[in-house]
Amino acid sequence: MSELKSNIPEGPLADKWTNHKNNIRLVNPANKRLIDVIVVGTGLAGGSAAATLAELGYNVKAFCFQDSPRRAHSIAAQGGINAAKNYQGDGDSVYRLFYDTIKGGDYRSREANVYRLAEVSANIIDQCVAQGVPFAREYGGLLDNRSFGGVQVSRTFYAKGQTGQQLLLGAYSAMSRQIGRGKIKMYNRHEMLDIVKIDGKARGIIARDLITGEIERHSAHAVVIATGGYGNVFFLSTNAMGSNVTAAWKVHKRGAHFANPCFTQIHPTCIPVSGDHQSKLTLMSESLRNDGRIWVPGKKEDAEAIRNGKLKPTDIKEEDRDYYLERRYPAFGNLVPRDVASRAAKERCDAGYGVNKTGEAVYLDFSSAIMRYGKEKAITEGLGNISESKIKELGKKVVEAKYGNLFQMYEKIVDQNPYETPMMIYPAVHYTMGGLWVDYNLMTTIPGCYAAGEANFSDHGANRLGASALMQGLADGYFVLPYTIGDYLADDIRTGPISTDLPEFEQVENEVKDRLNKLINNKGTHTVDYFHKKLGKIMWDKVGMARNERGLKEAIEEIKALRKEFWENVLVPGDLNEFNPELEKAGRVADFMELGELMALDALERNESCGGHFREESQSEEGEAMRKDDIYAYVSSWEFNGDASGFSLHKENLNFENVELKTRSYK
Amino acid sequence: MNLTLKIWRQKNTTSQGKMVEYKVNNISEDMSFLEMMDILNEELIVKGDDPIAFDHDCREGICGMCSLYINGEAHGPDRGITTCQLHMRKFKDGDTIYIEPWRAKAFPVIKDLVVDRTSFERIMASGGFISVNTSGNTQDANNIPIPKDDADEAFDAATCIGCGACVATCKNSSAMLFVSAKVSQLALLPQGKLERERRVLNMVDQMDKEGFGNCTNTGACEVECPKGISLSNIARMNREYLRASLVKKD
Repeated sequence: MSELKSNIPEGPLADKWTNHKNNIRLVNPANKRLIDVIVVGTGLAGGSAAATLAELGYNVKAFCFQDSPRRAHSIAAQGGINAAKNYQGDGDSVYRLFYDTIKGGDYRSREANVYRLAEVSANIIDQCVAQGVPFAREYGGLLDNRSFGGVQVSRTFYAKGQTGQQLLLGAYSAMSRQIGRGKIKMYNRHEMLDIVKIDGKARGIIARDLITGEIERHSAHAVVIATGGYGNVFFLSTNAMGSNVTAAWKVHKRGAHFANPCFTQIHPTCIPVSGDHQSKLTLMSESLRNDGRIWVPGKKEDAEAIRNGKLKPTDIKEEDRDYYLERRYPAFGNLVPRDVASRAAKERCDAGYGVNKTGEAVYLDFSSAIMRYGKEKAITEGLGNISESKIKELGKKVVEAKYGNLFQMYEKIVDQNPYETPMMIYPAVHYTMGGLWVDYNLMTTIPGCYAAGEANFSDHGANRLGASALMQGLADGYFVLPYTIGDYLADDIRTGPISTDLPEFEQVENEVKDRLNKLINNKGTHTVDYFHKKLGKIMWDKVGMARNERGLKEAIEEIKALRKEFWENVLVPGDLNEFNPELEKAGRVADFMELGELMALDALERNESCGGHFREESQSEEGEAMRKDDIYAYVSSWEFNGDASGFSLHKENLNFENVELKTRSYK
Repeated sequence: MNLTLKIWRQKNTTSQGKMVEYKVNNISEDMSFLEMMDILNEELIVKGDDPIAFDHDCREGICGMCSLYINGEAHGPDRGITTCQLHMRKFKDGDTIYIEPWRAKAFPVIKDLVVDRTSFERIMASGGFISVNTSGNTQDANNIPIPKDDADEAFDAATCIGCGACVATCKNSSAMLFVSAKVSQLALLPQGKLERERRVLNMVDQMDKEGFGNCTNTGACEVECPKGISLSNIARMNREYLRASLVKKD
C-alpha cells in the first residue's frame, strides 16, 4: 500500500507558501531547456500551466481533444472569479476568502491548500489584466466587483456573463504566444488514452490522433493532468458533451489515488429536462437568485393542474404559493448555498408539488423584482403616480439590463418569456469536487504526475462556492504548479530525452490498442449512448442528490451488471484508423462505468452528510444535513488494486488548526 | 414533425463528397438541432451505417465548436446563435433541410461536416496576444485605469468564439472579422497598445498566407456572427494596418 504524504510545509498558515517557495529546489534556465513536460487539457488550469511552463523555458507538449485549446469547457463559466483584492473596502482579506472557502466546503478540505489559493488570488487578477482580459469596469476606469453565493463581501471580478470565456481566451493567447515561439508543441484533436511509467515515474502518455486514428507515444519528464471534472458520468450535466474522466481514470488505474469521488455539486438553477431526447443541461447563473423568488404551488391539486396544462403559474394566487426556501430558511431565503437549495427543490418535487410536464421543476419568479425595481425607477425619475403596467415596464428594463442575456438564453431553449411567466428550474450536475489526490505540490501518488484544476480534489472540500472554480484553475496553472514542479524536475537535469522505444511504452501502447480493438470489433446491438443513459439514470437516482445505504448498494450491483452488458453488447461503428467520434465516446463511457462504481462505494463509506454529499441516514429531524466530524474529518483517498480486487481506502486526516468546525446554519 | 435532410457526406479530406438524403420522423419541436442530429445518428448506427460526423461540444453557444451551414446560412435560420442553440421549432413538419460544412479553402473538410480550422490557430500564434509573462509581480490591476467605454468596446470584440461562421458566410472566404476582433480588443486596451504595429502586420500576413480571401465590405459576416461582432472592427483593423505600415521601424 502506498503512503499518503500531503507534504504540507511547516510553520504558521500565512507563511507556509512563502517559506515553501524559498526552500524548494529550482532548475536553472539552461537546464530547463533540457526538460520536457506534457500537459493534458487546455482549460484554465492546463492552458495557464502550459503557457507559464513554456515561458519559464521548459519544452511543453500540450494536448486537447477539441480542435483548439480555446474550446475547453472553462469557456462556459458565467459568473465570475473571486479574488481577495478588497477593492471595495468592505473588509475582505486573504483570511476571509480562506475562511469562506473552508466553511463553504463544509470543512472537508486542507487548510494549507485553501490558504494558498486565497493568497495567490489577487495575483490572478493582476496577471489577467496585464494579458488584456477585459473585466467589467466602473466609469472611473477601475475594476468593478459583484457579490456572489452567500458571502458577505463583493470580491467577484467579472466580464458580463462570460467571465470563463474571457479568462480562457487570456490563457489561450498566452499559449498562442508560446506556440508561435515553438516552446509549446500543440496537439489539437488528440486524446490521451493512457500514461506510461518508467521506474515508477510518469514519463509519457499514449495518445490517439482523433483525425487519423493513429496511436502515438509521447515522452516527457513529467505529466500534468488538467482534464477537468467527471460530471458527465450522470449523462445529463452542464458539462460539455466531450468532458470526460478518461485521462484522470487511466492515471488512477496506474497508481494515482482518486480522492472524494462522491463529492458532486448539483447546481440548483438549471433549465429542467424536457424529454428523453435531451443531450445536456444548461445552467442559469447563480446571480439570478439575487432577484428571483423560488416557489411551488402550496396545494397538490394546483401542482397537478399545472402539470396537466389546466392552470398556468400566473393563475396561482399569492397565498397559494409556497416560497419554500423563504419558509424554511428565513435568514438566507433564496440565497442559501447551492447544495441546500438543490435538496430543497428535490424535496418539494418528490412530495408531489413539482411543476413542468415531468413534475421535476420549480419556479424562479421575477415578478416581485420587476415591480420593486419599477417602483424604485419611478421614484428616481420623479414620475409620481403611474399605473401598474407602467411600473412593470420600467421594472422589466432594469431586469433586462441585469440579466438580459440569461433571459434570452432561457427563451431560446424553453420558448417561454420569463418576463411574463416564471422561469422553470431544476437542479443539475455541474461540478465535481472530487478528483485525483494530490499533495501540497499538486503531485499525485505517481511521482512526476501532477493534477491541476477541477481534475484534482484539493481545494473545495465537499462543496464549491460560486466563482471559485476559475480562481482555482488559474491559481494552480499560473502560480502553484510552475513553482512546485521545479522541485521534482531538479532531479532530471541530467536525464536527457526519454526514449519512446522503451518496452514500457510498447506495453502500454499494446494495451491501449487491444482495448480499442475490443470496442470496435464487438459489433453488439446497442449504441454507446444507450449505455451512457442507463448509467446516468442509476447515478442520478441512487448516487445523486440524496443517497442511502440500500440505494448505494443497489447502484454498485447495477453498475457492475451494466458494465458487463456494455462490454458484451456495445455497438461501435466505423474503423479505428479514421475520424470516429463514436469510438471516442465508447472509451469515455467505458471509464465512466468504472468511476460510477467507485463514486457509489465512496458515498456508501461516508455515512455522514456534508456539502454536496447527503446521506439520508445522517439528517436532523427537520431534514437538515448532519456532519460527523469525529468520524469523517478525513479525505477518502482510493487506491486501485487491479480489476479483480477493486479499490482500497486510505484516509488523510484533516487537521484544523486555524478554524473552528461549526455547523452550517442558514435558518 | 417529419423531415427530409440532405447532408454533405465526405469520407476524408482527399475524397470527393456528395449530398445524401435522410428522413427523420417524430422530431419534437423542443429538441435542439443537434439533438435531432443525435437521433439520426443513433438510427444510422443501429442500421449499420456510418453516422454523420459533426463538431460540437459545449452545446450552450460559447465554445465555438459547432459549425453547420444550414439551408444556406451559417448556424441556420436564426440570429445571434450558434447551431447548438438552434431549436427545431424554427422548422415545420415536412421541411427539407440542407446541411453542409463550412466551405473555405482555408478550412479543409476532415470528414462529413467537420472542418479543419487550425488556420485560425496559426493566425493567433502570429500575434494574437500581449507579450507578458506570468509573474507574481505584475503591477496591481487597478494601476491601469481604462475608460469604461474602451473596456466595453474591447469586451464586445473579445466575445468572438472563433467558430468561423464569418469565413463560411463571406463570398470571398475572408477571415477579416475574426482577425479584426482580436486586433481591436488588444488595440483598444492600453496594455495592448505597445505592440499594436507588429501584431496587426503579423496577423494580417499570416491570414493571407492561410489562403483567406479579402474583404469587400458586404457585411454578411456581421449578420451571421453568433456573437454580433461588429463590422466596425474591420474598419479599425484597416486603420491599424495602415498606421502600422507607415510607422514600422524595419
